[in-house]
Amino acid sequence: MSDVANMPSTTASSTAATHNADSPLLQVRDLKTYFPIRRGLLSRTVAHVKAVDGVSFDLSASKTLGLVGESGCGKTTVGRTILRLIPATSGEVIYRGKDFFSYRGEGLRKLRRHMQIIFQDPVSSLNPRMTIGNIIGEPIEVHGIATGSEKNDRVASLLQRVGLDPAYAARYPHEFSGGQRQRIGIARAISLSPEFIVCDEPVSALDVSIQSQILNLLNDLQDELKIAYLFIAHNLAVVEHFSDDVAVMYLGRIVEKASGPEIYKNPKHPYTESLLSAVPEPNPRPKKRRIVLGGEVPSPANPPTGCAFHPRCPLARLAAKQAAASETVEITSGGETFRVLRKCVEESPPLELKQGEPGHLAACWVTK
Amino acid sequence: MPDPLLQISDLNVAFETARGLIRPVRDVSLSIYPGQTVAVVGESGCGKSVTAMSILRLLPSPPSKVLSGSIMFAGRDLVTVPENQMQKIRGKEIAMIFQEPMTSLNPVYSIGDQIAEAVVLHQHVGSREGLRIAEQSLRDVGIADAHRRLREYPHEMSGGMRQRIMIAMALSCKPKLLIADEPTTALDVTIQAQILELLRKVQQQTGMSIMLITHDLGVVAENADVVAVMYASRIVETATVEELFDRPQHPYTQGLFRSIPKFGVTSKRLETIPGTVPNPTKFPPGCKFHTRCDRLNGDPLCSTVEPLLREVSPGHWASCHHAEHFAESPVTVPQLQHKREDYIPLATEVQA
Repeated sequence: MSDVANMPSTTASSTAATHNADSPLLQVRDLKTYFPIRRGLLSRTVAHVKAVDGVSFDLSASKTLGLVGESGCGKTTVGRTILRLIPATSGEVIYRGKDFFSYRGEGLRKLRRHMQIIFQDPVSSLNPRMTIGNIIGEPIEVHGIATGSEKNDRVASLLQRVGLDPAYAARYPHEFSGGQRQRIGIARAISLSPEFIVCDEPVSALDVSIQSQILNLLNDLQDELKIAYLFIAHNLAVVEHFSDDVAVMYLGRIVEKASGPEIYKNPKHPYTESLLSAVPEPNPRPKKRRIVLGGEVPSPANPPTGCAFHPRCPLARLAAKQAAASETVEITSGGETFRVLRKCVEESPPLELKQGEPGHLAACWVTK
Repeated sequence: MPDPLLQISDLNVAFETARGLIRPVRDVSLSIYPGQTVAVVGESGCGKSVTAMSILRLLPSPPSKVLSGSIMFAGRDLVTVPENQMQKIRGKEIAMIFQEPMTSLNPVYSIGDQIAEAVVLHQHVGSREGLRIAEQSLRDVGIADAHRRLREYPHEMSGGMRQRIMIAMALSCKPKLLIADEPTTALDVTIQAQILELLRKVQQQTGMSIMLITHDLGVVAENADVVAVMYASRIVETATVEELFDRPQHPYTQGLFRSIPKFGVTSKRLETIPGTVPNPTKFPPGCKFHTRCDRLNGDPLCSTVEPLLREVSPGHWASCHHAEHFAESPVTVPQLQHKREDYIPLATEVQA
């Protein structure tokens, strides 16, 4: 087990030398990822899907940032853009004080060692024609850390670390259950002793009794190996439980960010509030107030003007009732017509500090 | 005292495979009363979907085979009724909605035609009347602009919209029993809340019964009257929802409750159930849960004799040798008529 913890991380220490210990491991600045929509004979770009539209956050070493949102909100695209699996349209990712997007060739390859990803689907993310030993051993060999029997020893200790029998190295992915495959995916991700892992819905495909095993494993690995996680999930209870900070995304933007307990106790954005209230609680005598949102998430190809949440926002309607008629405007959404605040329709609210715990950010014109 | 709408007694279903007989449903007994919601909870492969499919006889035979047991519905045994009668029950008296709204709609027919097909078939009306009823059922499930939607195709709609259409289709013939197999698992939480709200509303209006198959204990808590927990092809515990959540008796149920992350709990470690769900081709001997159970270490009784469901307290059944109370082996089928009375409406207006 100690082998894994003591794996050489030469590049890490050399970059660390030039890196200020106080500043965060990863800084994401105004990240934008647009996908072109092409139409017609000449495939001209007619519009863009703004999958990620100005996302910024910091992540410190051995901390976890949870990223939540509904399908299509851009949370997966954020993770993949940071790792350069999808090219960014604009913005910066600063890793240990250096601009990650400026790296090319060998330098990029060396840096990539420290940034890994765990995928949602443990079935399709493992090559069915490779043995477990090769799946986990390949990155070790590619990065020139070890070969031959030394590599095999490493694979064995990695398998043991994630709770699998080292003898499984000779087997193929189809011989394993979903939870075991996810453990293999985790072993592959930690094989290069990374400092940062994007966990993209790592437990949503697993059974309830297996989810907690995997979450505990990820937690132990973080304590032991000081890994920072970007934990992407749609299950709020899982994210709140697992993360130090939580960022809520809606239509390509972060609409609220705060510590896990703070976001649960004191949500400032009406979208966060409705998300929290929509989670069914394992209690047959529920007392909480449920806000059932009307309509559906709008298309990111054609997002609403101003605050993207305004057509579904209960708060914008409520505030309109108390405001002067000149400050409100009538809109139609989901077959309903109602009045909302004019400001919500016309201007996009900035992500700004709100009352509450220090560092609690939300993008809403109405809440304080 | 009303009679149960559906009464499954000692149902055993087997699949004949190259590697021998698999028993996905073993000795399952379950009653559903009019207007009741019964949740069947369990992890993948526990037999909950196979039980539901057996009710509607949707399993291909071979390989599937009902070894024994009966499924009584309105005076008829669904295991033995001839296929032509079964066709009249399927879709009309018992309807089913599936987990995947994507694959359970036909992509080449318009929404209107798909809903009207069942209506025309079961209610013996003309195609124009069928479309009118289809439009009405779309309105009932809260689809705006129903008239235009009738002519649209499944690919033009989002997941939540498709699931509404599935529900509209299932409800168009006013079934007495709706089997909902993981109806919201593929949906986002805000859409899930809308769909569950819709099912509750329809149930209040029509008094239909719902068999809700899910693995989400939150969904169970907020929607079910009675819960049956399945593990390794059997019901291991059944009780009213309040009783089950307040006093779970089976170690598997207890483990499930402990292992789900809850809001506002700061401890980073979750309790877990060790090991994995056993493979139905090689179930362990004795209690199927004993390999993962921490209740009584190495009691030879657990590893040799499979426990039967016992009534551990009135209306609460569990199959564990070490459930708190020891009772005689059951002589009756568990029947829980419980209906939640002090129902708290969840959707309240947002107050200032």
